[in-house]
Amino acid sequence: MILVWLMLILFAGGIGAWLSESRGIGVPRVIALVAILLDLALVVFMLLAPDSIGLTPVTNEQGEWLVLFQADWIPRFGISFIFAADGFSLLLIALTVFLGLISLGSAWHEIKERSGFFYFNLLWTLAGVIGVFTALDLFLFFFYWEVMLIPMYFIIAIWGHENKEYAAMKFFIFTQVSGLLMLLSILVLVFFNYQATEVITFSYFELLGNGLSGGVGMLVMLGFFIAFATKLPAVPIHNWLPDAHSQAPTAGSVILAGILLKTGAYGLIRFTVPLFPEPSMAFAPIAMTLGVVSILYTAKVAFAQNDLKRLIAYTSVSHMGFVLLGVYAWNAQALQGAVMTMLAHGFSAAALFMLAGGLQHRIHTRDMDKMGGFWGVAPKMSFMALFFTVAAVGMPGLGNFVGEFLVLLGSFQVSITTTAFAALGLVVAAVYSLIVIQKVFHGENKNNYEFDDLTFIEMGCFALMMIGLLWMGLYPQSMLDMAEPTLRSLGVTFP
Amino acid sequence: MSTDVLIDLLQIIMLTLTSVVVMLVAGFKREHGLVNVLTTAGLAASLLVFVFIDPILPLQATELLYFDEYSLFFSALIILGALTVSILAYPYFESHHSNNEEFYILLMTATLGAVVLACSTHFVSFFIGMEMLGVSLYAMIAYPVHSEKTAKFPLEAALKYLIMSGLTSGLILFGIALIYALTGTMFFNDLAPAIETQDVASSPVIIAAWLMIISGVAFKLSLVPFHIWTPDAYEGAPVPVTAFLATVSKAAMLAVTLRLLLISDAFQYEALLLVLTVMAAASMLLGNLLALLQDNVKRLLAYSSIAHFGYLMIVIIAAASVPGMLSVESMGFYIAAYFIMSLAGFAVISAVSNSGKELDMISDYQGLFWRNPWLAAVMITVLFSLAGIPLTAGFIGKFYIFTSGVEGSLWFLLTMLIIGSSIGLYYYLRIIYAILQQPAKGSKKDPVTQAIPFGTHAVLASMIATIIYLGVYPMPMINILQSLAAAF
Repeated sequence: MILVWLMLILFAGGIGAWLSESRGIGVPRVIALVAILLDLALVVFMLLAPDSIGLTPVTNEQGEWLVLFQADWIPRFGISFIFAADGFSLLLIALTVFLGLISLGSAWHEIKERSGFFYFNLLWTLAGVIGVFTALDLFLFFFYWEVMLIPMYFIIAIWGHENKEYAAMKFFIFTQVSGLLMLLSILVLVFFNYQATEVITFSYFELLGNGLSGGVGMLVMLGFFIAFATKLPAVPIHNWLPDAHSQAPTAGSVILAGILLKTGAYGLIRFTVPLFPEPSMAFAPIAMTLGVVSILYTAKVAFAQNDLKRLIAYTSVSHMGFVLLGVYAWNAQALQGAVMTMLAHGFSAAALFMLAGGLQHRIHTRDMDKMGGFWGVAPKMSFMALFFTVAAVGMPGLGNFVGEFLVLLGSFQVSITTTAFAALGLVVAAVYSLIVIQKVFHGENKNNYEFDDLTFIEMGCFALMMIGLLWMGLYPQSMLDMAEPTLRSLGVTFP
Repeated sequence: MSTDVLIDLLQIIMLTLTSVVVMLVAGFKREHGLVNVLTTAGLAASLLVFVFIDPILPLQATELLYFDEYSLFFSALIILGALTVSILAYPYFESHHSNNEEFYILLMTATLGAVVLACSTHFVSFFIGMEMLGVSLYAMIAYPVHSEKTAKFPLEAALKYLIMSGLTSGLILFGIALIYALTGTMFFNDLAPAIETQDVASSPVIIAAWLMIISGVAFKLSLVPFHIWTPDAYEGAPVPVTAFLATVSKAAMLAVTLRLLLISDAFQYEALLLVLTVMAAASMLLGNLLALLQDNVKRLLAYSSIAHFGYLMIVIIAAASVPGMLSVESMGFYIAAYFIMSLAGFAVISAVSNSGKELDMISDYQGLFWRNPWLAAVMITVLFSLAGIPLTAGFIGKFYIFTSGVEGSLWFLLTMLIIGSSIGLYYYLRIIYAILQQPAKGSKKDPVTQAIPFGTHAVLASMIATIIYLGVYPMPMINILQSLAAAF
């Protein structure tokens, strides 16, 4: 029930923020803050002291669940509310709520128009993502998969930048069309399961071990894969992302890069591979190749950008390539690495987008050719930029390093060639990241921009994310331990 | 005639009575408000009559009409549509001072025709219902033509509809005649046995007859290639009539067609299935593609309705191989969802229009979200629902279509459905984006000038509540549909 509360608080907070819009700009954001803080408190309790709020782990054949909630929804089709969380989902929920707080911080001074409706959309996106991370009924999952899309569409379409119509449309159509493929796959899966067992059900637990293989299994698996790979995103279906990210307002980019991309990776780990083990193994070489192509190709493209947000967007695709590689290597190290990369990239990408958004808010451009020498103007901001850039590059001691290192370690056991190419990504990353620092913060301030340095709220957000990344880099075991039972129950053997 | 039959006929009797009363009142006292109230009350009474009196189901009432839960469900839907149209029509026609009263007589007779269609299991009542509906509609579409200042070209629209519809009636009549010539019966129920005993199943004449009937039905449902009248009729007709045309007339036709096909065993003809498949695929594709090119919301909705009926055809084609129960259930849900979202969409257009000036260009809606968030919210929900996004009734409807298609293994049509819906997303989003945009700088003030009466608000609110309710908690509706589908 606590998972339902997590979502209900956000849903209710969103409606409250919307209704209070007429009371000025301050009220909605305070309501949003309260809702997110309440959620954060719940999540902290779930992480640290599950006993104190009466959570008793439930064990069934599919693993150990910290929380499991079941209720009928549409019994006609065997559709029910199944919300469950294990260590893996809990980590992602924590990431979601935490980045929700960060995005609220970045919107605090930036959003002035229709702020009530903005916070409504923000909170509903978060609630939708939590739903995605906890729903274990395929219909319910698909439901949330789409629900998180609509508020995000509004965020881009209303508060976006100059080319928002194109970006919002592209974002929506890519996700929706790939979602329809997934819906079709879900139905085919359920239908075949029905023919085999005479039971119509959408429950993940029942559908595991459906034994769908061969040509049909491959096609159905591809339906899932395409939907998740679009969201991840992986080359060649990645090109909605640079537009969506660069046109979204800062808070939107933070959520997109920090959380929404992770839903794709989550889907791959939770659904695609476990539901279709055989077809997935057959498909793994292709998926791993796609991962490597994503890493290298988008790194090169990123290097060619002069739009700051587009550059960061492409680097996101590149980093998510590691996740794809790790998932399809499907062994303990690689998967742990993929999980770590998801978390660490959530922080570093969110921070970088917040910086880029903050810059754009101040100087009204994202063109790096017009920037330069900002270290003198805004030293705090420059330091933060350097820190998170270096984190994204994979500096040992920070979270991203652990993740990418583990992915490479794991995939090395599966395919040496692929891993060798993927490792090149780390080198290229240094090139495209440092060019940002050079172009924007070093050199000469050609246009004599003068602007305020980071505000107190922004500094707070960055400090929190710094602590997070350091924690992940220095004590990754705490998170690996949480994800391990999940991965074990998905059939991964640990040494 | 026993009392049971009379009770079952109560709905139809109420409708007939209302049209007579409205006619008499209009003849003695021409007052728009009074006539409107009488019509609305009559429709509401015939809608609610079975809440208070239990009908005896199922029952063959006279040879022509058959009452079961299926016909009752569709009758209720039809009367609900007519009720909405009646509420919307008052503010729309009130502004132009001419003789508005006859419109309601036409509305009543059209509704009566539609209800007869929904209750029909006999070719004669099929034809009578269709003609009553059609003939009333010609006049309804052309209704504002005598006024000095009309928003659109109602005469052109009505003429196109008249000619096409006349052709259709001819086709259907010819088909019925051929079937009667071969089998000697006009009862839907007797068709299959008669065809068997007369041993005419493989006769080319019977296939020709079926094709004629199906083409006629396709005209009414505006499936490609019989769709050409649709955009012009939608655009030219006054908005309340467009709403009626888009919902009531099509739902009635679909109800009787599915029943006819299911109980007469028409699916054994490969040729018929092939024709239906081609029409479905073409409608999904062409309807969506042509909708992309429209700047007029009414035309856009016309093309999108072509696509939606293409989607619905999947259910009908799937009925050949899946249990009839699922088909009836799927179609019932989809048509109910489509009914409500279309009505709500046209209600928004109607709320900002009157017979002298219709706001039906996409650009008219630019910035609606900033000026009138309520209307904008309704319109956006409707469009999302039409696009089949979760939280709305349209999503569950589309889910049903997918389910039918998967169970019937119609992979080709499902592919077309995905392609079609993807294209569809684009033009729905275009309108949504226009609504969300900031109002253009320096534009004239709010184009939404007229006050929106309480009735329209009530219609919008109840429609939107139903769309969300059906999308989030469809179980009660599914239960109703399952019990009525059990007969098939």
